[in-house]
This record gives sequence, C-alpha cells and structure tokens, in this order.
Amino acid sequence: MKRIGGFFKDINKNKVLLLMALPATLWFLFFSYLPMAGVVIAFKEYRNSRDGFWASIVESKWVGWDNFKFLFSTNDAYVITRNTLLYNIFFIIVGLVLAVAMAIILAEITNKKLAKVYQTGMFLPYFLSWVIVGYFVFSFLSFDKGMINQIGSWFGAEPTQWYTEKAYWPFIIILVFLWKSVGYNSVVYLAAIMGIDKSLYEAAMIDGASKWQQIRNITLPMLKPLMTILTLLAIGRIFYADFGLFYQVPRDSGALYSVTNVIDTYVYRGLKATGEIGMSTAAGLYQSVIGFTLVILSNWIVRKWDKDNALF
Amino acid sequence: MSTKVLKSRDFHKLPVGLNVVFNVIAGLFAFACVFPFLFVTIISFTDEQTLAANGYSIFPEKWSLDAYRYLFKAGDQLFRSYGITITVTLIGTLVSLILTATFAYAISRKSFKYRNFFGFFAFFTMLFNGGLVPTYIVVTQLLGMKDTLLALILPMAGNAFYIMIMRTFFVTSVPEAIIESGKIDGAGEFGIFCRLILPLSLPGLATIGLFSTLGYWNDWFNALLYIDNPDLVPLQSMLMRIENSMQFLLQNTNNPSLGVGLLQSLPQDTSRMAMVVLATGPIIFAYPFFQRYFIQGLTIGAVKE
Repeated sequence: MKRIGGFFKDINKNKVLLLMALPATLWFLFFSYLPMAGVVIAFKEYRNSRDGFWASIVESKWVGWDNFKFLFSTNDAYVITRNTLLYNIFFIIVGLVLAVAMAIILAEITNKKLAKVYQTGMFLPYFLSWVIVGYFVFSFLSFDKGMINQIGSWFGAEPTQWYTEKAYWPFIIILVFLWKSVGYNSVVYLAAIMGIDKSLYEAAMIDGASKWQQIRNITLPMLKPLMTILTLLAIGRIFYADFGLFYQVPRDSGALYSVTNVIDTYVYRGLKATGEIGMSTAAGLYQSVIGFTLVILSNWIVRKWDKDNALF
Repeated sequence: MSTKVLKSRDFHKLPVGLNVVFNVIAGLFAFACVFPFLFVTIISFTDEQTLAANGYSIFPEKWSLDAYRYLFKAGDQLFRSYGITITVTLIGTLVSLILTATFAYAISRKSFKYRNFFGFFAFFTMLFNGGLVPTYIVVTQLLGMKDTLLALILPMAGNAFYIMIMRTFFVTSVPEAIIESGKIDGAGEFGIFCRLILPLSLPGLATIGLFSTLGYWNDWFNALLYIDNPDLVPLQSMLMRIENSMQFLLQNTNNPSLGVGLLQSLPQDTSRMAMVVLATGPIIFAYPFFQRYFIQGLTIGAVKE
C-alpha cells in the first residue's frame, strides 16, 4: 500500500512536467510505437477489414516467414540491398572527401567576403526540395530540349534518351547527391576549422611549415574526430536511402529500376503501386532491423574511439 | 629603415597562386549550385515557340511573360496550393515547436523524476522504426487522416532529434538558478516555463522552428502518401502532378469555360518552369537570412552535454 501511495505522491509532485511531456508522448505512441507494433504485418497476409484498424491486424492470417521467403527468393531483395549499400558507400567516401576539401578551401581563401559569397551559393541546394531538383535535372536531361543533348548536338552526337539509359544513372545519382549535400556538409567542417586554435598555425609558421604541411599536420588531424563521428553515423544509416533522390530525380522511370531502386522506393511501390503490403512490410522490417544493428554497432565503435562523441 | 611589420593574419596567408586556384574551384562549385535555378528561371521567361524550336537555352532568342500571365489567369490550383503550403507550414511549425519545447524542457529538468524514462522513450525512436507500411496503415486506418490537412501536419510534427537538440539547449543555456528564483517568486512550473525559460531560449527555438519550416515547405512525401483531393494538394506535390500533365492545373479552375481552350493555348513547358520558380521563390528570398541561423543550429546540434 505504501509503495502505491508513494507512486501517486511522485506523480503528484511531477504532475506539471508530466503534463508537459504528454503531447509529444502521445505523438510518439501514435506515430512511432504503434507502427513498431505494426511490424507484425510482415508475418501476416494483410487484409483490410471493414471493422477498422484493429480488426484488420487481428483477422489477417499468420503466414510466418513466408513474406520474407518470397522477398528473398526474388531478385528484388538482392538489387535493392546492393543499390542501397553501394550508393551509400560512394556517398560516404566521396562526400567526406569533397566536403572536407571544400571546407579547407573556404577556410584558406584570403578574401573572406568572397568566401562567404561562395558558401552562400553552395548552401542553396540544401534548401530546395527533391521535386525542384528533379525539375532542374530534367532541364539538363530532357530528350528533345535538355541542355546536355543540345551541347552534344554541337559536337555531332546523337541525342540520348537519358531517362531510359540505365548505364549513366549511377553517375547522375551520385552527382546530384554531391551537388545537394557537399555545401551543407562543408559548412559543418568549416565551423570545426574555425574552432581550431590559431596559435597552432602561428607556431607551425615560425617553424617554417608550408601551407600544405599546415593542412596535413594541423587541420586534418584536428578534423579527424568530427570526420570519424559523422562517418560512423552515416554508416549507421547505410541501409536507408533518401527517397526523393531515388524517386523524383529519375522521375520514377521503370526502365531505370535496376539501378535506381533502393529499399525505400521498393517499400513505397509495394505499398502504393503493386499492393504487396506483406512483402513491403517485410522489406521495411529487414531495413529497420539491420539499420538498428548498424546504429548500435557504429555507436559501440564511436564509444571505443572517443567516448564524448558517442550518440549514447 | 622601416621594416614591414607582419600581422599574424599575414603569416597565415595563402600563396597567391594557390589562392587563385582555390577561388576558382570554390567559385565554380558555388556557381554550379546556383546555376540550375537561374537556368529554370530563364526557361520560364522564354517564348514557348522559341523553346519548341531551340530547346532550353540560357540565351533565348525571344523572351516572353506568357507563362506567368497564364498562371495568374488560370492558376486557381496554384493559389490554392500556395494556401495549403502556407497553412501547413505555419501550423506545422507551431505544433512542432510546442511538442519539442514542452517535452525537451521536461526531460531537461533534473528534478523530474521520470526524465530518464521519457528521454529514452523519445530517443529509441531514432534507433528503430516500424517502417513506412505500418505507419501508413496507422495514419489512414486508425487515425483516419487520409485526405485531411492533419495528414500533412501531424506525421512530421514530432522529432526525437529536435528534442535532443532542444534538451541540450535547455541544459546548457538556462541556468538552474533562474528556475529557483522563479519558484521563490511564487511562479508555478508552467509559469516559469512560459515567462522565464521560453524567452531565454529564443535562439534554440528559432533554429528548430526554421528547420521545421523548411521541412514543411519542402514536403511532398506526405501528400504523395495521404492526399488525393486536389483541394488539399500543397505546392511541391502540385509540381509533381504537373510533371506529366498540365491538365491538373486546370481541372479545378473557377471558370470552367476557360478550361479546354486555355489548356490548348497554355504554354506548357514554360508554365511548368514558372511554377517551379514561384514555388521556390519564397525559399530563395528567405534563405540568405535563414542560413545564419542554420549554421548556428548546426553548432548547437554539435554540442553535447
């Protein structure tokens, strides 16, 4: 009795803060935790019931691992996993190198006003939606009006049907990704470079270190913790792809699926286009479970490496 | 006799040649980032016939305002979508700020007995999620939000990452002494939060607010999932729909007699690009101002307690 009384006393003492936590708690329950429970659909043959949500879930027949078996017996599972992983690996490596290089360049440019102007320009793509970016790409790649085919025609090249030629798309996707993200990421690194103690550079200069030596021996080592953390975090997200990049930019072109289909677009199409709810949920769960494992793993590595920067 | 005194700044100076190279690289990349928008803007001001003959060009032979003229004449859908986007962005940002600030404040308070539980409750959603399909089914079937404005607002309103940033902000920049002094003056917890904490936390709130404003303005995914009713289609989603067919633009026009004739005379290509320009305009004008706060926000986000 006493313990229960104590519990109510605690509740009463914390009631205002509990009340403040309530709205977001309800939000998390509905939009995060109920969907987590909803993954049971992956083990069911989902049928919409007229009696609503709960009935649909309860009445659908259990099929065990069948959805997963179907998913992994198709070529799709291989293609979407390969695409998601390979693109992300490229994004992580090339993105890191370019963002750090651009940050160093911006930091070193003598005219700070100009550097600010460049930075403002580079930051712009981050503010635009993927729909807009899709239109931008189309203005270059349109078959009859696009700039690339026009320039090609000056040199006597035949126009290319860009939206059906899959050989080019890995490059286009990577290019568009870098275009949209490098400016934003270089700002993060630039902020870190600005935080480096200036006396380090002065001491190096007195010792006669060249600019290149300063960059190699001061700037890069000082950026290393940040590079490591951001990379490990990106590895934790390696099973997730930016839906907009893979759906809007190739204009959902079916001819390109083998090089543009990633887990996220596959799940969406299973839900909205082909109606394979069970398999689509299975693919989503596959993504969540491996994603979860990778986040835990990369955080574990961060903790080993540098405790202060671990996510948890 | 005068020896040149070198300032420490000069020590740090880049060799002239390298400085030129760096300027060229950064300048070219910055230009490449801005160019597509300029290009699309130019296309939107091109004469439709010129465009049909020559394709998209940076230096069109003939300029024209026709695209914009048509849009203002027949663009009911455009204005409606503008209205939806503005409404969703304003309400969404407000809801998102309320959810984030109240929850983050509660778990930032050391005296809150359940702070660890609630902290983990939010944080766990960053590690694991149910995926798209269960979320879709919850929103459409359990909450019945298909084809409602709520479907554009609520699914994006909560965000564990923003909560973590905001909690860090409360912990690091709001001294416990202020809360104590508020208590001595007889203010309740909620009074302290509204009258003392929130005004002190404006920079943090502004950052979160801007992030979510941008998120709502640019969102098309929720509309793709949940919205079929043309009256509720936001800007970005409208742009998606006219990608293939300009028909969508005119199917809801106020003046039905305009419909068919106008569609035939509508400068299709240039109008599409004009819509892109109109939908992006507010962001382009606001972003030099936003940028400063974003950079601040990135720095706040990077600081952990």
